[in-house]
Amino acid sequence: MMLGKTLAALAFACMAGAAAHAADANPAVIYDLGGKFDRSFNQASYEGAERFKSETGIAYEEFELQNDAQREQALRRFAEKGYNPIIVTGFSYATAMSTVAPEFPETSFVIIDEQVDQPNVRSVKFGEQEGSYLVGLLAAMASKTGKVGFVGGMDIPLIQKFACGYVQGVKATNPDAEVFQNMTGTTGAAWNDPVRGGELAKSQMDRGADVVYHAAGGTGIGVLQAAADAGKLGIGVDSNQDYLHPGNVLTSMLKRVDLATYNAMMDVKDGKFTPGLQVLGLAQDGVGYSIDEFNEKLITPEMKDAAEAAKAKIISGEIAVHDYSTDGKCPVS
Amino acid sequence: MDLETILQLAGASLRLATPLLLACLAGLYSERAGIFDIGLEGKMLAAAFAAGAVAAVTGSAWIGLLAGIAASVCLALIHGLASITLKGNQLISGVAINFLASGLTALIGQNWFGMGGQTPQLQASQRFLGISWPFVDRLASVPLLGPLYRHVISGHNLLVYGALAAVPLTWWVLYRTRFGLRLRAVGENPAAVDTAGVSVVRLRYGAVVIAGVLCGLAGAYLSTAMAAGFNREMTAGKGFIALAALIFAKWRPWPALGACLLFGALEAIGIRYQAITIPGVGVVPVQLMQALPYILTVVILAGFVGKAIPPRAGGRPYVKER
Repeated sequence: MMLGKTLAALAFACMAGAAAHAADANPAVIYDLGGKFDRSFNQASYEGAERFKSETGIAYEEFELQNDAQREQALRRFAEKGYNPIIVTGFSYATAMSTVAPEFPETSFVIIDEQVDQPNVRSVKFGEQEGSYLVGLLAAMASKTGKVGFVGGMDIPLIQKFACGYVQGVKATNPDAEVFQNMTGTTGAAWNDPVRGGELAKSQMDRGADVVYHAAGGTGIGVLQAAADAGKLGIGVDSNQDYLHPGNVLTSMLKRVDLATYNAMMDVKDGKFTPGLQVLGLAQDGVGYSIDEFNEKLITPEMKDAAEAAKAKIISGEIAVHDYSTDGKCPVS
Repeated sequence: MDLETILQLAGASLRLATPLLLACLAGLYSERAGIFDIGLEGKMLAAAFAAGAVAAVTGSAWIGLLAGIAASVCLALIHGLASITLKGNQLISGVAINFLASGLTALIGQNWFGMGGQTPQLQASQRFLGISWPFVDRLASVPLLGPLYRHVISGHNLLVYGALAAVPLTWWVLYRTRFGLRLRAVGENPAAVDTAGVSVVRLRYGAVVIAGVLCGLAGAYLSTAMAAGFNREMTAGKGFIALAALIFAKWRPWPALGACLLFGALEAIGIRYQAITIPGVGVVPVQLMQALPYILTVVILAGFVGKAIPPRAGGRPYVKER
């Protein structure tokens, strides 16, 4: 009887403790149209949130969009319910964020891939051109035909930024190399069309490309599949995708969306949340390339040395990788 | 544009036209028997899901294919029940099937695999892969014939060849068999067929089930041959383009092949060339290529290129005289 009471009191204390925590950090994530399980951009965010959950025991709320019209609605509903912080993955949320954030000044918002200037919004951007430069370098060294491909998702400056960094990396390594570039489409559907992605990759491989890099979210699954089917090499993006086709994914351009998500949740929990722009490049380990048990045979020591040397030079500023989004132009093509 | 590029485009057109062709022939059987089928899209989607899911679980593309056909036939039978037995509105029943498939695939997919409505990625052994025909490399040096053999004739998967074979088969069934004659008659004048002592209901159910099987093949092609797994809404309007092709072909098998190849070619060109520069006109954006199938269909329907007359009894449930 006594024991029972003690246990009950203990349980009550635990619950009270948990409730107090939940009031501080009660995070929510809203994914973009590619879907939570795109094995790429959105999934990286999901993994960051999961890591937070397993380390702190604090649950989070999440929402997957069905169409563009839901952005503002979902954001406002989560804010009204008192979630904090609210993290949205994707540049497409910029307009909705600019509208909703001022209405809830007490809530901390995080937007990934776009800048929103509000006192309670943290904008996280990545140095995609730097990471893409490194995988471009690796692609040029791995290619036997001297021809490589790039398949982008939606035709927007952000994806051109990937493409431009990639081309710079390829051309710096092999000035005679040819780079084929294709974008999947101009609407949100371009993030989730693996059949079309596969056809695009096939058309590039028909023209001689033997390494194809994608920056296309769920569409890229088709790109990597087509490359593997043809016995050629694909390059993954955002998440580590090397495991999808062991031996046929050269490497993945890591974009640590998981880190951005995890950090934002942790910062709110610890009361250290800071609004404003954060840029995560090579120097901050916000981008990079992957080497693991699935692709270690594909990356020769020379390739790794070259990539590491280029990485050091980019961090020190010796190599300046042009950022497409600053002027809407790419110096090489 | 050199010969090699044209032949590669032809090969891609064939791959992209296959699901359209299968769905178009499905619509042809159904509509020739007097049952309008707006639900091609939904049947394909359900089949794509069933094929992807079952192939992933059992590890066999063939069992997946059978599951895809079964799912599609189930929906076809629902359509048949609503529009033949219960004499409901065929268009509404078709639209309902599209909604049903769109919702159910995502729901069941999430429930089974917990991956946002996707199915697990399929290994090579669980898919229909391209078949390289013999002598591809030996013929490669032969001008014209070599590349033609390599890019257009060889290297596709079984379902592509199956879809192509279905065209003459459909022609033969429709125009050279008793069943085909009755099928066409039941779409034009069911009362006459009934008077001759042939069951209208049985014929129409037959046609609807054949449509289900063909849509099942089309769906399985999408998830187990073209891609490696099912994605939410992966049919992306192909069922409606197939309907457009059916109207474009005026409900005949050989022109259906032509229409589907044309629409497939438009897609292939749109994929390879994001923007096409036509001398004198300027740059044609890729969106125009994507809209062309629909534009062409409207032109046909408006009667500019001959007349497209649907089967006369199409869309009307058959009621026996009292």
